[in-house]
Amino acid sequence: MTSQVDQSEAVDGSDGDGPAVPGRPASGRTAKPIRRLDRVIIRFAGDSGDGMQLTGDRFTSETAAFGNDLSTLPNFPAEIRAPAGTLPGVSSFQLHFADHDILTPGDAPDVLVAMNPAALKANLPDLPAGAEIIVNTDEFTKRALAKVGYPASPLEDGSLEAFRLHPVPLTTLTLEALKDSGLARKDAERAKNMFALGLLSWMYHRPTHGTELFLRQKFAKKPEIAEANVAAFRAGWNFGETTEDFAVSYEVPPAKLAPGTYRNISGNLALSYGLVAAGERSGLPVFLGSYPITPASDILHELSRHKNFGVRTFQAEDEIAGIGAALGAAFGGALGVTTTSGPGVALKSETIGLAVSLELPLVVVDIQRGGPSTGLPTKTEQADLLQAMFGRNGEAPVPVVAPATPAECFDAALDAARIALTYRTPVFLLSDGYLANGSEPWRLPAVDELPDLRVEFATEPNGADGSFRPYQRDPHTLARPWAVPGTPGLEHRIGGIEKQDGTGNISYDPANHDFMVRTRQAKVDNIDVPDVEVDDPSGAARVLVLGWGSTYGPITAAVRRVRADGGHVAQAHLRHLNPFPANLGAVLERYEKVIVPEMNLGQLALLLRARYLVDAQSYNQVRGLPFKAAQLADVLHAALGSLDAQETR
Amino acid sequence: MTDFPALRLVPKADGPQSAKDFKTDQEVRWCPGCGDYAILAAVQSFMPELGIRRENTVFVSGIGCSSRFPYYMNTYGMHSIHGRAPAIATGLAASRPDLSVWVVTGDGDALSIGGNHLIHALRRNVNLKILLFNNRIYGLTKGQYSPTSEVGKITKSTPMGSLDAPFNPLSLAIGAEATFVARTIDSDRQHLQSVLRAAAQHEGTALVEIYQNCNIFNDGAFEVLKEPGTRDEALIRLEHGQPVLVGAGHHVVRDGDGELRVAPRTEGTAIVHDAHAAGPSTAFALTRLADADTLHHTPIGVLRDVSRPVYDTQLTEQLARAEERQGRGDLAALLAGSSTWTVGE
Repeated sequence: MTSQVDQSEAVDGSDGDGPAVPGRPASGRTAKPIRRLDRVIIRFAGDSGDGMQLTGDRFTSETAAFGNDLSTLPNFPAEIRAPAGTLPGVSSFQLHFADHDILTPGDAPDVLVAMNPAALKANLPDLPAGAEIIVNTDEFTKRALAKVGYPASPLEDGSLEAFRLHPVPLTTLTLEALKDSGLARKDAERAKNMFALGLLSWMYHRPTHGTELFLRQKFAKKPEIAEANVAAFRAGWNFGETTEDFAVSYEVPPAKLAPGTYRNISGNLALSYGLVAAGERSGLPVFLGSYPITPASDILHELSRHKNFGVRTFQAEDEIAGIGAALGAAFGGALGVTTTSGPGVALKSETIGLAVSLELPLVVVDIQRGGPSTGLPTKTEQADLLQAMFGRNGEAPVPVVAPATPAECFDAALDAARIALTYRTPVFLLSDGYLANGSEPWRLPAVDELPDLRVEFATEPNGADGSFRPYQRDPHTLARPWAVPGTPGLEHRIGGIEKQDGTGNISYDPANHDFMVRTRQAKVDNIDVPDVEVDDPSGAARVLVLGWGSTYGPITAAVRRVRADGGHVAQAHLRHLNPFPANLGAVLERYEKVIVPEMNLGQLALLLRARYLVDAQSYNQVRGLPFKAAQLADVLHAALGSLDAQETR
Repeated sequence: MTDFPALRLVPKADGPQSAKDFKTDQEVRWCPGCGDYAILAAVQSFMPELGIRRENTVFVSGIGCSSRFPYYMNTYGMHSIHGRAPAIATGLAASRPDLSVWVVTGDGDALSIGGNHLIHALRRNVNLKILLFNNRIYGLTKGQYSPTSEVGKITKSTPMGSLDAPFNPLSLAIGAEATFVARTIDSDRQHLQSVLRAAAQHEGTALVEIYQNCNIFNDGAFEVLKEPGTRDEALIRLEHGQPVLVGAGHHVVRDGDGELRVAPRTEGTAIVHDAHAAGPSTAFALTRLADADTLHHTPIGVLRDVSRPVYDTQLTEQLARAEERQGRGDLAALLAGSSTWTVGE
């Protein structure tokens, strides 16, 4: 495994198990030597007004166009413009790209671009020795240094000796490049992120055409701004080419991914497309009722753009109205969807219970974020699992689906719709902030091979006496008929009061209630979900690591490391949390030790213990950030070690 | 026959219908003597007039005594949860222009727990007809004061009298940009049906407040408006285009400062009711004439009926326009986006 720096193992945040590629000069387009790498982790960091997310997005697009495998981690404050120059105001974007299959945005950056002292200070603890740091020296003023508690400039006091420092007056160089643009100084200065992007694009041989096209489209109405950004971008590229400080550039060849056509996609975009696809494949109009909330709003924005697919979006007055409208539309025969985050789920709980009682299809998307209460709106967590499972009054079971990667959000949306439509039930789709904003290459599916989600509405009375019985169930799925208004002869009334089996009439009968509660539970318990697959290549593993949701990347990366070190560890990942796959109990029994890493305090572990009487051991973190592969590898090594110790005792 | 432009997209019934067609086999479970019976009978006998298919009619309710209403209407129906009926009905109406959607709610359901949904439904102007049964008390929870109860109301939860000032539902509705606001009384079937007719004709959200007697917990709350001896002086019957008269000897005049006032006929000139006036000021002033305690000078009839774009109609138009401009969505093209790369074998 090669990294940009020498101490490859210490620095190596690799989760790739591909062959090591020795660093070697390669011939290239520039006069400077080119070094070949198999993977790089870059972090752009600056003020929340410095445009770091845009810079990261653009570098990601260039990287995707180049054909690398990649994984990204945006990390930004909840405030739109946090106080300038402060530590809480730092916004960053980390990108890991490689010539092979990778799973995480990487543990530790090989390169940090720090646009000001705050960005340097906030990110320095994450840097391994030998990492490259590119700083904008123009921002290292006495005042800016003092603001973050630097008594002296770290650029001059020797404290950065362990790193390879590139001091670059980014602001000055940008202003110089734009001196003939006619832009005011303030406007010209704002292009400095594009200068940085240009420099990094040179360093890593990224294609530049896409960024120039993007800038001209984005600023189509302000051509002078567009040209200034393009000029700054090119100036950054030329700066790398000519200045002596940057002696080499790096090449990361395209990854050898499975054959197919690829695009880069974030979790929220994939999820949105999954919902559009579910509408197309079911033949039902999609109706989204939603209220803006971080980090779910992008789904509302995205679906609002696809009215030509018959998608209706409704920005409601509150979370409750969002799900209420979606449920009303479902009663009318639409594919009802509501999107939110944890606080919104809390508000929607009563309506989810109504949907359980009405037995109507509904997809409830929860893009989890740090909690409780408002918590950490822009950070990731997976602490809504128990809320999704149990957060309602009465016995109100709801199926739960959880994607493992950004691209998998597409399949999860289709699967959630399948379950909702087949079983006439609300379904939770649990994504999280990391999946939502992170991105990766996605191999485009063939549209005609997507699941067939067509449903049949009831058209005829189903009672022996010619009546319509809205709660007479399909014996196989236990789903009730979906009779939509406008169907003659099937007029019926349903509600949240307990219903008599079959007729759906109000019933307070004790035995009927007992029967209905058990039947609703049985319906969810019997949902068809695929068996959980266990990855245990040696067949010799005694330790199983079991995860769900977005921890898939770091867990898999950790497993690869342990195996590379000769350890035997089995891995399984749950996409269905309610019901659990039928084989899960048997899988758990096969291993002496079960480790469950979660970004909560042990919610899945609690369910596993309750359900299977297994001594599942939690490993938890609630830092608003994903696990690091190295951290989980240590946990797995320790688990293997403790088994060995037991034996030698 | 009355024309119902708001129902032009709803399929017409094959033949004439009767009130009986709209009755269900369910036992009606309101207390004997409840005003809800009269309203139910009035609605059931009014529905055939719409001439639309029964299966294209939906009643949605929240929680409360009035919210049992859908069970007794032989149409599609949903008895939902407390306060949320306007939101649920909005989703249904916005996705199904071929339906006639009615909301049945009460003063607690619509104005307390569901106040937010009510005002937003009104401002959005979704094609919904909202029937607000106002009995100025909580019935189903057995007699607590409601947001329309008079100040000082002695109830189980306010043994020393309620402290909070009540809402005037019609003032609230006009403030929330409602395009149709009317009031009627449970016991006056003819008037009630005339208001339902006007509401059904209206394109957009119609709010109909129906004064309804709760004979168990607030009996006689509207007696002054019903008793032959008092009603003529207490009620102001609004008719579009007619002078606003009160009883035998009074009428409503506009003061120099623009305020409305009940004055003897000998004093000034009666204002002429204009339900279609663009500005809401006079309609609002009419809602303020009644005394909140005694209900004297309570206007009934259609206070406001104006035209404004309808949310669901415009939503449907946006979908059609998007398809016109971009063509029917192509899923494969959407998924691929603008930037792809291919990995060969």
